Amino acid sequence: MSARAFRIERGGLAGACLALAALAALAAAPAFAGSANLGLLSQIFAYIALASLWNLLAGFSGLVSVGQQAYVGLGGYSLFALTMFGGLHPLVAALLSGVLAVILSFPVAALLFRLRGAYFAIGSWVMAEVFRLIAAQIKPLGGGSGASLPTIIVTGMASSRQAREFMIYWSSLALVALVLGLTIWLLRSRWGLALRAIHFNETAADSCGIEITRVKFVVYAVAAFGTALAGALIFLQKLRISPDAAFNVNDWTAFVIFMTVIGGIGRIEGPVIGAIIFFALRETLSDLGPLYLLMLGAVAIVAMLKAPKGVWGYLVDKTGFEFAPLERRIVYSLNEGNNPAAPDSKGDRP
Amino acid sequence: MEWANSILQGVLVGGLYALFAAGLSLIFGVMRLVNIAHGDLIVLAAYLALVATQTLGVGPMTSLLLIAPLMAAIGYALQRFLLNQTLGGDLLPPLLVTFGLSVIIQNGLLEIFTANSRKLQAGDIEVATWAISDKLSIGALPALQFAVAVAVIGGLQWLFYRTAMGRAFRATSDDPQTAQLVGLDNRHVFALAMALSLAIVAIAGVFLAVRANFDPAIGPARLIFGFEAVIIGGLGNLWGTLAGGVILGVAQAIGAKIDPGWQLLAGHIAFLAVLAVRPEGFFPRVKH
Amino acid sequence: MPDAPLLEISRLDAFYGDFQALFSVSLDIAPGEIFAIVGANGAGKSTLLKSIAGQMPAPTESILFDGEKIGGRPAFSIVRQGVALVPEGRRLFPSLSVEENLLIGAQGGRKGEWNLRRVQELFPVLAERARQPSASLSGGQQQMVAIARALMSNPKLLLCDEISLGLSPLVVRDIYAVLPAIAAGGVAIAIVEQDVARALAASRRVVCLREGRVVLAGLSHDVTRAEVAAAYFGV
Repeated sequence: MSARAFRIERGGLAGACLALAALAALAAAPAFAGSANLGLLSQIFAYIALASLWNLLAGFSGLVSVGQQAYVGLGGYSLFALTMFGGLHPLVAALLSGVLAVILSFPVAALLFRLRGAYFAIGSWVMAEVFRLIAAQIKPLGGGSGASLPTIIVTGMASSRQAREFMIYWSSLALVALVLGLTIWLLRSRWGLALRAIHFNETAADSCGIEITRVKFVVYAVAAFGTALAGALIFLQKLRISPDAAFNVNDWTAFVIFMTVIGGIGRIEGPVIGAIIFFALRETLSDLGPLYLLMLGAVAIVAMLKAPKGVWGYLVDKTGFEFAPLERRIVYSLNEGNNPAAPDSKGDRP
Repeated sequence: MEWANSILQGVLVGGLYALFAAGLSLIFGVMRLVNIAHGDLIVLAAYLALVATQTLGVGPMTSLLLIAPLMAAIGYALQRFLLNQTLGGDLLPPLLVTFGLSVIIQNGLLEIFTANSRKLQAGDIEVATWAISDKLSIGALPALQFAVAVAVIGGLQWLFYRTAMGRAFRATSDDPQTAQLVGLDNRHVFALAMALSLAIVAIAGVFLAVRANFDPAIGPARLIFGFEAVIIGGLGNLWGTLAGGVILGVAQAIGAKIDPGWQLLAGHIAFLAVLAVRPEGFFPRVKH
Repeated sequence: MPDAPLLEISRLDAFYGDFQALFSVSLDIAPGEIFAIVGANGAGKSTLLKSIAGQMPAPTESILFDGEKIGGRPAFSIVRQGVALVPEGRRLFPSLSVEENLLIGAQGGRKGEWNLRRVQELFPVLAERARQPSASLSGGQQQMVAIARALMSNPKLLLCDEISLGLSPLVVRDIYAVLPAIAAGGVAIAIVEQDVARALAASRRVVCLREGRVVLAGLSHDVTRAEVAAAYFGV
C-alpha cells in the first residue's frame, strides 16, 4: 500500500467547536440568568466534574471507588482550614486543597491498590470513613457538628453578594472545563492508550511493558485533585461544613455513580448527560423523599442490566456521532486504495 | 482490670462482626460476588424481626425460626432473578447493582419505618451477667452471641467440607463451566449460596437489633465491619474470619477506652495496619 | 446394527461469533458402540463434542438423543439426560479430593449401576488415592478420575475429548483398555482422538472431520490408512 493510501484522523473538531460555543454561552450566563439559576448551574457543574472524574476511575481505569467522598470532604475541610487559619483567599485555598489531595492520594493509593476489584471499592469506602472520623476530631472546625465559614472570609472574597455568586459560578464553570479538558487530554495521550490496554487485558498490557501501577497512581491522583477542587467549591457555595455532609456517601458517590451509569459509563459525554438527567429528575421528583431515592436506585439497576452503555451509548450506537472521540480512526482514501499496484491493500481493509 | 474487661467485651463483639463477615465471605468464595447491600440486608432482617416480635408476640430468638427462612428465600430469589444476570467477568455490574440495592433497601426502610431508632427487647437475658471477678463480668447476651458465631462458622465449615452442597459450592467456585458438565446448575448453586448467606444475615440482624438501637441508615457500617473482619482474617478462611472479627472488636474496644470518638477509628486503623503489613490477612486460605 | 440410534445429529452448524466451525455435520451413534471422531487440529472435533454436551449453542432439532431433541439445552440438563463429557485437559476440581471429584459426578446425574465402588474397581488406584487432593495425582491418574467422574453420572453416552493428550503410551494403553469394559455395560462411547491408529483400533465406526465437515465415514476396520490420510489432509 502506498504511504498516502490512508490517514489517521482523531476527529472531534465539530464537538470541540460546539463545546467552545457552549462554554462561551455559559460564561455569559450571569448577564441574564437569575441568582437561583446560577446557583443551580454551579451545582450541576460541580457534579459533572465529580462524575467525569469517577468515570475516569471506574469507566476507564477499572478503579471502581465508592469512596470519592473522601476527597470531596477533604477539599471542603481544607478550604475551611486554609481560609480560617491560613488567611488565604478562598479560590487560592481551593486550588491548594487540590494539591493537598494529590499529596495525600499517594499513601492512600499505596494501601488501597493492595485490594483487588470489588474489595478495592469497599476499601476506598473505609478510607472515606477514616477521613470523616478524623474530621470529626478536629475541634477548631467544630468537631462532629461542623463549622460555618466566618462572615469576614465570605465578604473578603467580594463585597457584594452578587459578585460572590458570579465568582463561584465562573470558578465552577472553569472547574468543569478543566476537568473535561484534562480527562480528554489524558485519555487521548499515551497514558490513555495504556489505560485502555489495561482495561482490555491487564496481563497483556503488562507484557507490552505498560507500567500498570504507575498509570493507576497517576489517574487516581488526577481524580483526587479534581474531586477535592470540586469539594472546595461546593462547600464554598454552601458556606457550612460538617463531617456527615462533607463525607456523605449518598451525595458524593451514589448520585455520581447514578449520573455516570445513566449517562453512559466509559464515555466522556456520559457524565454530562447523566448529570443533566439527574438534576432534571431532582428538580421534579425530590419532594418524594426516600421514594425518590428508591426510584433512582431501581433505575440505576435496570440501566446497568438492560442498557449498560447508558443514554449516550445508545445515541452513539444509533447515530455514530461523538463529541469527543477517543479512538483514532483510519480513513482510507478510495482512489489510492483501489490502485491495483498496492499489493496488500485488501488485507488492511476493515 | 478495667482494661481486661474492655478487651473481653471487644472479643465478644467480635463474634457479631464475624457473623456480619461470614455471609459476605461465603458468597465471595462461591461466586466472587461482593454484595454492597450486605449491611442493609442485615438491617432489613432486624426490621423483619421487629415486625415479627410485635405482631406475633414472640421473642427475638424465636422470631429467627421465621426470619431466617424468610431471608433465605429472599436471598434465593434475589440471586436467581437479579444478581445471576450480573455475573460473568466484568466487575462493574455486580458492584453497581448491589449498590443500587443498598440504596433501595435503605430508603424503603426509611419510608416504612421512618428514621427513628428501634430496638428489639430480649427480656431477662439482656441484663443477665456472670461475674468472673469484681470488675470482670460476661453478659449472657454477648456470650450467647459469641457462641452462636462460633456455631455458625463451625457449621459453615462442616457444610463446606463434609456435605454434598459444600462440594457443589467448592466445585462451582473452582470451575463453573466444568461444574455444569457434572450436572450442577450454576444459577441454582449460586442462589443456594446467597440463600445461606442471607440466613446468616438474619441471625446477625437479630443480634444486632437486640444489642443496640438500629435505624435504616446503619447498614453500610455493618458492611464495612464485616469486610474488615474478612480482610484481617484472610480471604477464604472461615475461622480466620472469626479471628478477624475478634481483632476488630478488640481494636474498637481499646479505641473506645482511650476516647469514645476513637472507637470506630481504631478499628479502621487496625484494618489499614493489617493491609499495610500483611495484605493477605492473618490466616490466608491454605492452598490444597 | 438393528438398534435405533442413541444419538442422531443432523445438519449441525456451529459458530464462534462470525466464525463457522461446523458445516452441516450429520452422524449417528448406536447404543453400546465405540465411535471415533478423527481429524486435524481445528477440524471441529471438540466443537462437535461441546455442541452435543451443551457447551455450545445448537439448534434444538439438530441433536436427537434417546428420542429427545436436546440441541442447545444447558449442559447440566444434558447430563441428566444421560450424556457425559470427559473434557479436554481433564478439568478436575482442584479444591476437591479425588473421592469428592468422583462423588460430585454422581450429584447431578442419573441413577444406575455406576457408583463409587464400581469406578474404583475399574481404576483401583482411585481407591488408594481417595483422600488426596486431585492436583497431586499424575496426569494418567487424573485422566482416570475424569473418566470415572463422568461415569458416576451413569451416562448412556460417554464423550471423551482427547483422553490420550500428554500421556505416555503405556498409560494411554491402560486407559484405552478399559473402554470395551465400559461399552460392554451398554454405554456408547464417542472418542475424539489425534492418534488415528489408536482411534481406529479402539472403535467400531469412524468419521473424519476436516474444516468443520464430515469428509469420511465408515466402519473402522474397513477404512484404509490411505483413505484416512487423504480425508485428514484433504489431498
